Amino acid sequence: MLENVFRNEWGRVLASLVGLLGDIELAEEAAQDAFAVAAERWPREGAPDNPVGWLIATARNRAIDRLRRERNLAEKTRQLQSALAYQLEETMEETTTFEDERLELIFTCCHPALALDARVALTLRTLGGLSTEEIARAFLVPFETMSKRLTRAKHKIRDAGIPFAVPGAHLLPERLGAVLAVVYLIFNEGWGADRAELSNEAIRLGRALVELMPDEPEGVALLALMLLNDSRRAARVRNGNLVLLDHQDRSLWNEAQIAEGRALLERALALQGRGAYVIQAAIADLHLDQPRDWREIAVLYGVLARLTGSPVVELNRAVAIAETEGPETALEILDGLPLDAYRYFHSTRADFLRRLGRNGEARIAYVRALELTQTEPERRLLEERLTDLWPQSPAQWEEFWTFTLNELKESIENESG
Amino acid sequence: MKYALLIYNTLEARDSLTPESRERIEDAFAQALASPAVSSPVRLAAVETATTVRVEDGETLLTDGPFVDSKEFLAGLFVLDAVDLDGAISVAAQIQGKRTGGAIEVRPLE
Repeated sequence: MLENVFRNEWGRVLASLVGLLGDIELAEEAAQDAFAVAAERWPREGAPDNPVGWLIATARNRAIDRLRRERNLAEKTRQLQSALAYQLEETMEETTTFEDERLELIFTCCHPALALDARVALTLRTLGGLSTEEIARAFLVPFETMSKRLTRAKHKIRDAGIPFAVPGAHLLPERLGAVLAVVYLIFNEGWGADRAELSNEAIRLGRALVELMPDEPEGVALLALMLLNDSRRAARVRNGNLVLLDHQDRSLWNEAQIAEGRALLERALALQGRGAYVIQAAIADLHLDQPRDWREIAVLYGVLARLTGSPVVELNRAVAIAETEGPETALEILDGLPLDAYRYFHSTRADFLRRLGRNGEARIAYVRALELTQTEPERRLLEERLTDLWPQSPAQWEEFWTFTLNELKESIENESG
Repeated sequence: MKYALLIYNTLEARDSLTPESRERIEDAFAQALASPAVSSPVRLAAVETATTVRVEDGETLLTDGPFVDSKEFLAGLFVLDAVDLDGAISVAAQIQGKRTGGAIEVRPLE
């Protein structure tokens, strides 16, 4: 019971305390205090009717006690003083309904004056309720590093006066974009490394955003996008090997999630959404059809590329073009892209070259992709492809040796030249 | 809250300034400085006039030039009273939008 309340309500409790105390660290301490009291009391006395109200009221009272104790030791910041003055006059009722201030908190945590990795960590900590330890593990950094990152961010919010507020209309589109980017980054981090807990957390954050801003098409579309992609999670890896979409067992797809994602996409479109997340959700939707409408997918990637100017989107467009116009045209699109450090660039290029029968070049591209790959399932898939490219007929062996000797000659010439 | 807005410039931007853009920048500053929220405006003389002082083992050591030897330099600063960081950022962005280079660093005062 308490664990559930913790998972679901930590963000709300914390947000309300940050609103009052103006300091995330202090709010965290108070919230933890309140949850500890609950853990002790609720099993004995039963849970209160309004658990969230109870937790917030208790946490507020704890924070006030703490401030009273510390008042003589150290003069806290101005905001705390005023919070205290305000609080002392007011008697706290456990039945009071508290306004949901999570939206204010997420805009604070995703403020662009914070470094991106700090925004991500802070959002997971404050709204997701993940512990520092869990976040450190999820991002494969030492506990100390993550702890410092979080502390530094919390101090900057307090000391630099980063507002605890939903931005005004003129700032909102830009700042909402920053919030959505953080949520999507968390999702992709979980997706790429197959860490379901991070993707699930991103979906939870997405749901909270849709609940808090139901008329923002881009937020609705982001949730749709995450649900549609995540619906294929169970089918994506088999025996530790990555399974490409066309070979996936469709009975493993999460139909309920697909239906929900599609309904959200409809809603985003009905809200006149035409932004990057709406287009991406529409593309994710098309990818679930059998057979896939590559022509429509290519068109949408074209729209997205114009919208974002992203070379990664161009890469995806090339994949669609390879299906409609053939790998040769697609390869031409790839060759201008500045993506040498991106593993999918090389694996996609390798794939086109292989389909064109240019096996020697394909091998080199697969090796380059392997060098950049960090996850085991991807590595295996690439190694399999590489093995398949070994010559299997005399003609292929001849191609192999001609290519290898040419490469050798070229590299010798380059060195001596 | 009080913020210092530290106005940084680059040698390149400074030396390629046309009279028209200089006028536009001066206007932007004049407008900002006229606000009652602004105090302690400081305009620094050319960075070439700077002298850096160090003391080592009781001996005063001087260097001709600024502390940080780079193509970017501090050109001036003022103090702004703003509700929060967003308030300070919007003033900084208004001025920076008229400038031809450099950047403005926003630092809260203690």
